[in-house]
Amino acid sequence: MATVAPPLATPEQIAKYEPVIGLEVHVQLGTRTKIFCSCPNEFGAAPNTNVCPVCLGMPGALPVLNKEAVELAMQASLALHCEVRNTSIFARKNYFYPDLPKGYQISQYDRPVAEHGWVEIELADGTKKRIGVTRLHMEDDAGKNTHDGYRDSDSYSYVDLNRCGSPLAEIVSEPDMRSSEEAFQYLTELKLAMQFTGVSNCDMEKGNLRCDANVSVRLKGAEKFGTKAEIKNLNSFRFLRQAIDYEIARQVGVLESGGKVVQETRLYNPDIDETLSMRSKEEAHDYRYFPEPDLVPLQISDEWLARVKAGMTELPAERRKRFVEEYGLREYDAQVLTATRELAEYYEEAARVSGDPKLAANWVTGDLAGMLKAEGKEIEDSRVSAARLGELAGLIAKGELTGKLAKEILPKMWESGDAPRAIMEREGLKAMSDTGEIEKIIEQVIAGNPKQVEQYKGGKTSVIQFFVGQVMKATRGQANPATVTEVLKQKLG
Amino acid sequence: MKITEQEVRYVAGLAHLQLTDQEIARMARDLGDILTHIEKLNELDTSGAAPMAQVLYDAPETATLREDQPGGTLANADALANAPLSGAGQFKVPKIIER
Repeated sequence: MATVAPPLATPEQIAKYEPVIGLEVHVQLGTRTKIFCSCPNEFGAAPNTNVCPVCLGMPGALPVLNKEAVELAMQASLALHCEVRNTSIFARKNYFYPDLPKGYQISQYDRPVAEHGWVEIELADGTKKRIGVTRLHMEDDAGKNTHDGYRDSDSYSYVDLNRCGSPLAEIVSEPDMRSSEEAFQYLTELKLAMQFTGVSNCDMEKGNLRCDANVSVRLKGAEKFGTKAEIKNLNSFRFLRQAIDYEIARQVGVLESGGKVVQETRLYNPDIDETLSMRSKEEAHDYRYFPEPDLVPLQISDEWLARVKAGMTELPAERRKRFVEEYGLREYDAQVLTATRELAEYYEEAARVSGDPKLAANWVTGDLAGMLKAEGKEIEDSRVSAARLGELAGLIAKGELTGKLAKEILPKMWESGDAPRAIMEREGLKAMSDTGEIEKIIEQVIAGNPKQVEQYKGGKTSVIQFFVGQVMKATRGQANPATVTEVLKQKLG
Repeated sequence: MKITEQEVRYVAGLAHLQLTDQEIARMARDLGDILTHIEKLNELDTSGAAPMAQVLYDAPETATLREDQPGGTLANADALANAPLSGAGQFKVPKIIER
């Protein structure tokens, strides 16, 4: 009874429609232990070794809520500008699956920990748009099923419950996004906020950040939303964009062929770049939520919330703004330097030590970034510490080094781990501050190049670059090019 | 309150229970009786009382929170001791067909 799916829509057809997208994001909270028991919350342990009667769902075992998980959820809520409820309630979400030994997930239903937030994204034209955050709730994670790779995998699935009971925050957005690009920006900002606050590593490969998308389309100008499909398994930023674009084309294709979009759950398959219907049974969606009788309501006092708020690190958007206002950086550089919390902290340390934040920014985003990239390293693995890079920038700012010399010194710092001043002394590299000596060299260069002197005097002033180059060469880059240019102009005058 | 046999079948399906027609008839009767008994509570005026799923107590912060300190875990063999089937340190279940 296989029916042939209508063809994907053409770009012209898609242009008549407006996509409506909402995201559900699961973030694994970076606690040391699980949400309801004291088993380690870690990735990569041998199967079924981080388990206990509580997370194995043994009869009679009782959950006890992890305080740190609550505080991280509060921080996540504040980072997303949500209102944190004074009272929230845990609820059982009932369904059967082998990775869920209790037979229910402990989640939150009608009274989540936080609601009514927003995430600001920047659109391609530079304007800002706020994407609403409907709610943030806490829940426990399920275990991991493995369907392949064992000799009896034809008959059996293998279940590892180490992840079972890991703390999650589920963050549900409003259907405010209108393109895969906006969804991408939203997820990027959300991830940054979680990383900056230290709520989660958001390592997608380890499943710390998982994303489902609700996608529908409507004719441009229409008010009513179209029928949505939920797309699961969007576990990389690239898949997120591809899957949403595919789904938009699929739905428009269905409508343009006179068909109707069916409300369903679809799974994205990155190997073939398509979403496939999961054909779930209707009753699978009846989770029979009810209040969790084993956990009393979570009470968060205003004092506790204020304490958590006071202890929070600055959010990426705030930090970006401060970099522009306090350090005079360009928007673009501020953006680059807040790509991760580690990078932002590295930069601030380097800026502080250097005494010249703009110069420090140039070195972090320029030469240092190039060296990191060449070795495939992240800033936290940099072999030049923030303080050392700051010292280097500081020496340039004070005129003890020229940019050219610093470029020579930085790779040596990378190799040896030595301070810039130690390398300067060892190699005899330093900016020439003795103007008398510079003048002497300039006079030699002028005397040795009469033809170019003639050209200069004849009005071809651009030839001064030739002289600067010769002087820099003669001084092994130790002269300040600005000083050299000035003295040259006088002498050639 | 009356429970229909259709409702019993639906709930049994959700709970993965296979019941005979006889059992379904009995369940419908029993569940109906239980709900009728519980319905007595509706005679009370609870409009001023907050819904209560647990024994609530008056505290500004939840008292039953745990510090984030790792504790003991079960050895792998103990964790799997009750499993009808296991292998490679994992629980083995009949092959799962994706929902």
